[in-house]
Amino acid sequence: MSEAARKGYRGVGRAALERFGVGVWSDVEVASTGGQFKGLILPRSETADDKHIVLKLDSGYNIGIAAESITGIIETGRRDVQYKIPEKEFPVDPNKPNVLLLGTGGTIASRLDYRTGAVIPAFSPSELYGSVPELADVCNLRTEKLFGVFSENMGPTEYVALANRVAAGIEEGVDGIVIGHGTDTMHHTAAILTFMVQDPPIPIVMVGSQRSSDRPSSDAAINLINAAWTAGHGNIAEVVVCMFGPTSDQYGILHRGTRVRKMHSSYRSTFRTIGDIPLALVDSDGVRTLRDDYCPRRADRNVTINTAFEQRVTFLYYYPNMKPDIVDAIVDRGYRGIVIAGTGLGHINRPLYDAVRRATEAGVHVFMTVQTLWGYTQMYVYETGREIMELGVTPAANMLPEVAYMKLCWALGQSDDRDEVRRIMLTPVSDETTEREPYNGYLVFQGAVPEVQEFLRTIKR
Amino acid sequence: MTDAFKPFDQMTPEDYAAIGLRCGLEVHQQLLTGRKLFCRCPAGRFGDEYDAEVLRHMRPTLSELGEYDGTALMERKTKKNIHYRIHHATVCTYEIDDTPPFFPDQSAIDIALEISLLLGLNIVGEMHIARKQYLDGSIPAGFQRTAILGVTGSIPYKDRTIGIRQLSLEEDSCREVSDVGHERVLLTDRLGMPLIEVVTEPDMRTPDEMAEVCQIVRMLCRSTGKVRTGYGAARQDVNVSVNGGTRIEIKGVPQIPRIPLLVYNEARRQCALLAIRDELAKRSITADTIRWKSQDVTRIVARTHYQPIREAVDAGHVVKCVVLDGFADLLNETTQEHTAFAKEFSDRVRVIACLTRQPNIIHSDASSETLAVRDWKELHRRTKSGEGDALILVWGSEPDTETACHEIAIRATEATRGVPADTRQALKDGTNGFERVLPGAERMYPDTDLPPMVIEEARLARIRAQLPELVWEREARYRKLSMPEETIAALCARGRADLFDRLTNDLGVDTTFAAVILTQWLKALRRRGLDPSDLRDDDLFAVFEAHARGELGREGVRLVIARALATPTEVDQGVSGVAAELREIAGNAMDDREIENRIDHVISAADGALFPDVVTKHRFLMGRLVRQFAGRVDGARVDTMLAAALDIGKGGARRELRA
Repeated sequence: MSEAARKGYRGVGRAALERFGVGVWSDVEVASTGGQFKGLILPRSETADDKHIVLKLDSGYNIGIAAESITGIIETGRRDVQYKIPEKEFPVDPNKPNVLLLGTGGTIASRLDYRTGAVIPAFSPSELYGSVPELADVCNLRTEKLFGVFSENMGPTEYVALANRVAAGIEEGVDGIVIGHGTDTMHHTAAILTFMVQDPPIPIVMVGSQRSSDRPSSDAAINLINAAWTAGHGNIAEVVVCMFGPTSDQYGILHRGTRVRKMHSSYRSTFRTIGDIPLALVDSDGVRTLRDDYCPRRADRNVTINTAFEQRVTFLYYYPNMKPDIVDAIVDRGYRGIVIAGTGLGHINRPLYDAVRRATEAGVHVFMTVQTLWGYTQMYVYETGREIMELGVTPAANMLPEVAYMKLCWALGQSDDRDEVRRIMLTPVSDETTEREPYNGYLVFQGAVPEVQEFLRTIKR
Repeated sequence: MTDAFKPFDQMTPEDYAAIGLRCGLEVHQQLLTGRKLFCRCPAGRFGDEYDAEVLRHMRPTLSELGEYDGTALMERKTKKNIHYRIHHATVCTYEIDDTPPFFPDQSAIDIALEISLLLGLNIVGEMHIARKQYLDGSIPAGFQRTAILGVTGSIPYKDRTIGIRQLSLEEDSCREVSDVGHERVLLTDRLGMPLIEVVTEPDMRTPDEMAEVCQIVRMLCRSTGKVRTGYGAARQDVNVSVNGGTRIEIKGVPQIPRIPLLVYNEARRQCALLAIRDELAKRSITADTIRWKSQDVTRIVARTHYQPIREAVDAGHVVKCVVLDGFADLLNETTQEHTAFAKEFSDRVRVIACLTRQPNIIHSDASSETLAVRDWKELHRRTKSGEGDALILVWGSEPDTETACHEIAIRATEATRGVPADTRQALKDGTNGFERVLPGAERMYPDTDLPPMVIEEARLARIRAQLPELVWEREARYRKLSMPEETIAALCARGRADLFDRLTNDLGVDTTFAAVILTQWLKALRRRGLDPSDLRDDDLFAVFEAHARGELGREGVRLVIARALATPTEVDQGVSGVAAELREIAGNAMDDREIENRIDHVISAADGALFPDVVTKHRFLMGRLVRQFAGRVDGARVDTMLAAALDIGKGGARRELRA
């Protein structure tokens, strides 16, 4: 029997299958010291133990049987099971905008992988049309799978390839681009893409899902429909993130790529604009902008692409009792840039001073951001801040720490000159630093406060 | 066609055998755990209060084997807005599907394994959590997490055995508040409670057998003392089929006595649907030859006085007419008690097209109380239909009536095949209504959030060592003790049977007295608003020990239990509370002289009061004394001494009473 017939089985489990001449997709009757079982042998997850055989019962349930307890297996038949998303050819309507969907992996569209028991991406216009037919009401869709990586595995190679593919898409004349992306590092990619693809004439919309599309309550379909609306019909020609607004199925929010952050490990409404208000709301009625300082859609095909990227940049999340040898080690290893997330207005402890001075004197570019996420680095306020600036540390205003990291990679890819790097870092491309923080840019409600409870009770969130 | 089915009360087992009735049960039982199954929310707190709402929609997904589930597709047509009411005390982010599951509650697994062993099931080596899709919104995730713990067991019944197919451990679903039009409102307090589902083979042959087997399974669960009781804590689904019919699942029957009539009505419905199929075949109408059409008839009926359509037209809605060629005179056929075939269509329109306001259809077989005769004539003329055709009218919004027309055609086509595979809901009058298309194995999907969990042999051995006696064996044993029959079932069900055995075997307490206290007295206290589940077996044992030592009379046992329950004690102070009570009694143990003093006292206190006779006087004084002694002295002893003091002799009062 072929290797595929033992898929995922090792050790005792595999030996049991071999002993009785059965394999994956065999219909079997199993005799064991724990009684009789009847079902279909399924592949085993490679991360599971080697001591059990997985059986799918007629009821659809799966169970595991201890391989050691098995005294006999009779094969009663074989089934060839194929997992397939129903495919339907995506209809083309000349009156609808053309949208290019670029896939990077993640769970925007996915199916189950028997090998790992996890969900893997599945992706083509016809597959998508089969599972989200509403897309055809919104746009003509073309898809292209760029990578098949989970978002934590996105890196410089992917960023550059993505930026170049977006540029090519713009040149091809599409009306909007949607990028399917895992959510964990979506805001990192959104930031770097904002720096690499400047002044695009069309919307570039990043989208993902917090509940995978293999479940009925998934946010994937609604996010995808909203993203297609934004890309095909929206007037915001910027890199934006399009994800659930509230946890309820109500509307999506469009976030500027440089001001957005994933704020909860599992909530649907995890993406929030930090220190500012979002760009727009989007639902089946279209895109409703919340501000007017966005770059509008243009008819031309001009775009500035700058894919510079320096990889030797790191990030220091300061904690009390941080020791200087950490900083020394970073310098010794040849890093050229450090983004510090400091406490409060942008502070670190005194014992680090000498190490930081050694770093800046060695030509390492050091920028300060705030762990509080909301608010500015205002290092002139306290003595500590002034001292730290004396060390050659540059405050990065209200740039989010992850955004500052991405921007420093990009800036150091272009120059090693201290003043030039500072100029690049502190000249906003797209609101990564802002002059003003609106009074409603910081809203973190507290439960149980009467007026918040009233809000939760009367307005679904 | 004539309705040849006998009324419910005249049906015999032979009648059911003749139609080939087969039925099975799915018994759901909440487990008594401290927390919910997949999160750390407290279990067993229920209430209608809520402090926030979440809105969701459900989309069908593909199963592991790549098929869309039929139910899933049906639910998609309904396009419901599902509103979840949530209260911070009972729900966390897990229930509203914003957080992945935590590892399942281990005590729930233990209890489920214990019941699996009692049912003689083969226990799985590894528990695989599955997602069972529910697109009706009853679970915010769109699926229920569930896992099989055992398969293929049996329980004895009469002179045969009833097969148990499987036992699964799962999370409970939401409670429905309302379902009107496209808006469904659900409460989430019950959501996530650990629940087991015991599925029997279709081995029952009559409605009564269903009720009896259900009772056995329920008793078996309760005999562990580790399951929840009370309304909704145990619910069953009833599966019914007849020869030539289809396995139909009737969901959510809370009370066992309601099962027989439900089974009868479903058997009757299936027979009626098969007869209708045969009649259609006689008329040469099959799934291949069936012909139907629908058209907008709003203008034709625009001036009707029939109120429901009048209101619809006034509200700007449309009226559509479905013509079913050759279906005349079938829609009034009786399918269940007081229910006609037309309801099959009305139900589909209600559930799938969301036209929930009743009546939602009218038809040409029951034309008299709806449209005027000339309206029906005009409808026949304008739809080019004849006397042999049936017309069904629906009204509502354009998309909903469109869905309704299609569903009516689908249901009519199914009528040519017999009994469609539905999941049905139990109605209060013993009939059932359409709930959704019967889901298949396709709706099962492995849960990718949690890895398989090994059921260790050591764990099974530990549970096996502590299994309660099998409930049917225990019942047989108690019957031999000639205890009151009503106490036998209650003892086994309330989980105090082990205590009962200790009391009667170790302490030699009278069996009937022990049984009555452990069942009827505790029940009486519950009715007074006390919670006897607060009393641990050891507390009660201590009370009976005092009784066995002669320190506490029978009345005393009752009073001490009542007082121990009524006296607020610190958590976990149950035993010491009772112990304190007992110490007080021991300290106040009265000798005959003290009792005589008390008797003299009450007699002199009542001096001057007029009694019609000495018996009344005796009864009055006895009442006073019982209250004073509060159970510290055996009532019979006081009775005798009082009688002596009143000089009516031992038992004199009773003798006079009889006279």
